[in-house]
Amino acid sequence: MNKIHNRQVVCETLMELAKEDRDIVVLCSDSRGSASMKPFAEKYPGQFIEVGIAEQNIVGIAAGLAASGKKPFVASLACFLTARAAEQIKVDVSYSKTNVKLLGISAGISYGALGMSHHSLQDIALIRAIPNILIVVPADRFETRLATEAAARYDGPVYMRLGRNPVEDVYTSSDYEFQLGRAITMRDGDSLSIITFGETVRIALDAAELMAARGINCRVINMHTIKPLDEECIIRAAKETGAILTIEEHSILGGFGAAVAEVVVQNYPVSMKIMGIPDEPAVPGKSKEVFAYYGISPENLCDEAEKLIKKKKAGE
Amino acid sequence: MDIYKDLIKKAAQIRREVIDIVYRSGAGHVGGSLSETDILVALYYKILNIDPQNPEWPERDRFILSKGHSVDAYYCVLADRGFFDKNELLTYSQFGSKLIGHPNRQVPGVEMNTGALGHGLSIGVGMALAAKMDHKNYRVFVLMGDGELAEGSVWEAAMAASHYRLDNLVAIVDRNSLQISGKTEDVMALEPLQEKWKSFGWKVSVINGHDIPSICDALSEDKKVAGVPSMVIAETVKGKGVSFMENDPKWHHGVMSEEEYRKACAELDRMLEVLS
Ligand SMILES: Cc1ncc(C[n+]2csc(CCOP(=O)(O)OP(=O)(O)O)c2C)c(N)n1
Repeated sequence: MNKIHNRQVVCETLMELAKEDRDIVVLCSDSRGSASMKPFAEKYPGQFIEVGIAEQNIVGIAAGLAASGKKPFVASLACFLTARAAEQIKVDVSYSKTNVKLLGISAGISYGALGMSHHSLQDIALIRAIPNILIVVPADRFETRLATEAAARYDGPVYMRLGRNPVEDVYTSSDYEFQLGRAITMRDGDSLSIITFGETVRIALDAAELMAARGINCRVINMHTIKPLDEECIIRAAKETGAILTIEEHSILGGFGAAVAEVVVQNYPVSMKIMGIPDEPAVPGKSKEVFAYYGISPENLCDEAEKLIKKKKAGE
Repeated sequence: MDIYKDLIKKAAQIRREVIDIVYRSGAGHVGGSLSETDILVALYYKILNIDPQNPEWPERDRFILSKGHSVDAYYCVLADRGFFDKNELLTYSQFGSKLIGHPNRQVPGVEMNTGALGHGLSIGVGMALAAKMDHKNYRVFVLMGDGELAEGSVWEAAMAASHYRLDNLVAIVDRNSLQISGKTEDVMALEPLQEKWKSFGWKVSVINGHDIPSICDALSEDKKVAGVPSMVIAETVKGKGVSFMENDPKWHHGVMSEEEYRKACAELDRMLEVLS
């Protein structure tokens, strides 16, 4: 299967857009390599700004650029960009509604072996609590292209979260309807729904395949936009499948599962299981090792699904 | 004079160990580790008042590796000083190891978890303030990267240190003039660096960061000026000691091929031979 770095796709897409749109500006904080933005920096030196290792500064500068008619894309490491510059994001981007696109690179546990300083497992919780910002997490290269184009078209703040490792495709082309805020049902089913986003969509699809062999008919929903959530799709999943399992490469506190649960509980309560990183500094290791340690593997997800379905039946 | 000869040899040995653990794990930040090695050796074998058998000794001098990514050399020095068993270095960066890619307090001798740049100097200010409050004589040393100085928090701490007259605080900048994306002067210019620190109220010295006697001299207690924090700008070479790594930003976190590893070992082994 084809494996590619999503961050490379962002750079390619921005290069195409920048050709037509001179207002697009890319900013890096000693991160052009990590963000794969070197080709952009080389091709469009007049639309590239380097701020050095200064995440608060980069967000403030982007807000100033946006307030002056530019379309800034800040490509910086997710862990520092969101946590360190949280106030600049809150005040300079959200409150002032500046048209800033934040690209959080190597999010989640991409930097697994580097430890908690480099894990970005709070970013969704942090940004979700700040009004006016969309949160988008593409799953593969096709979706990354569509999401980047949609973010560029959208007039307002966006946080796009990207992983570090090359990922397998979950789509076969970009020829499908991608709309910010509208989830995509990747596989239909009525026994339960797995709702996830980003790199774990692939794991969910693999798990659904295994489940099919065990006679479980699993729906897989790719919720690429985490804010605003596609509430209608979540409520439908609750009604039609009666059980929901969420997966996130993020702390289970205040993150994606919690957001889905808010919708479920207030609209159509059903059994739920929130899978992710528990409330502890995540074990350091390669992404695969960390996922396995926390039970985010197709095999374990099947077991969790069976438990959930049992619970659903007991409740009936 | 012999002590310096021993320290110079020690630095070569540490560099050799750094190459080993970085190669074996396929991870690490070798460039910045090799640039700081002589500074760490001067600190841990001559300057710091510490007891590896009693890492929490209240009177000890404190050291913070603010440029936490350069942990390879730090772990090798701590192990060599006896804070933990050298065999543990074999587990560097492996799943389940304490020796992960940034300093953390599970490792004996590490004072603070670091890895996000621009935190160390503020922590150092806090420790130096505590020493003053408790009328203790220990000193606090913070090693920063030059790229790291672009973080605004560094300058907030710089201001606080002179405001509180923290003459028990010594900051060292590993001035290798490179960061990830290239030369510091191209990425975010720092010069005139000496004048910046002076204008923030610090006593500044500029030294050759690979000359161990000069490092020891600049860090010695009798260089201290009452009521003034000290900044030592240590001019270094990123990747120092391995010819093909020197001054090449690619080796910030480069991974060696087997051939490169052999070449690096051969160069350092030769140096060790010359020194013995
Ligand atoms: C707050 C923060 N932003 C970004 C990084 C990513 N990063 C790790 S090392 C590094 C470059 C450091 O350069 P410098 O301080 O000059 O260190 P040295 O050259 O001595 O390795 C960067 C940007 C980080 N660790 N922390």
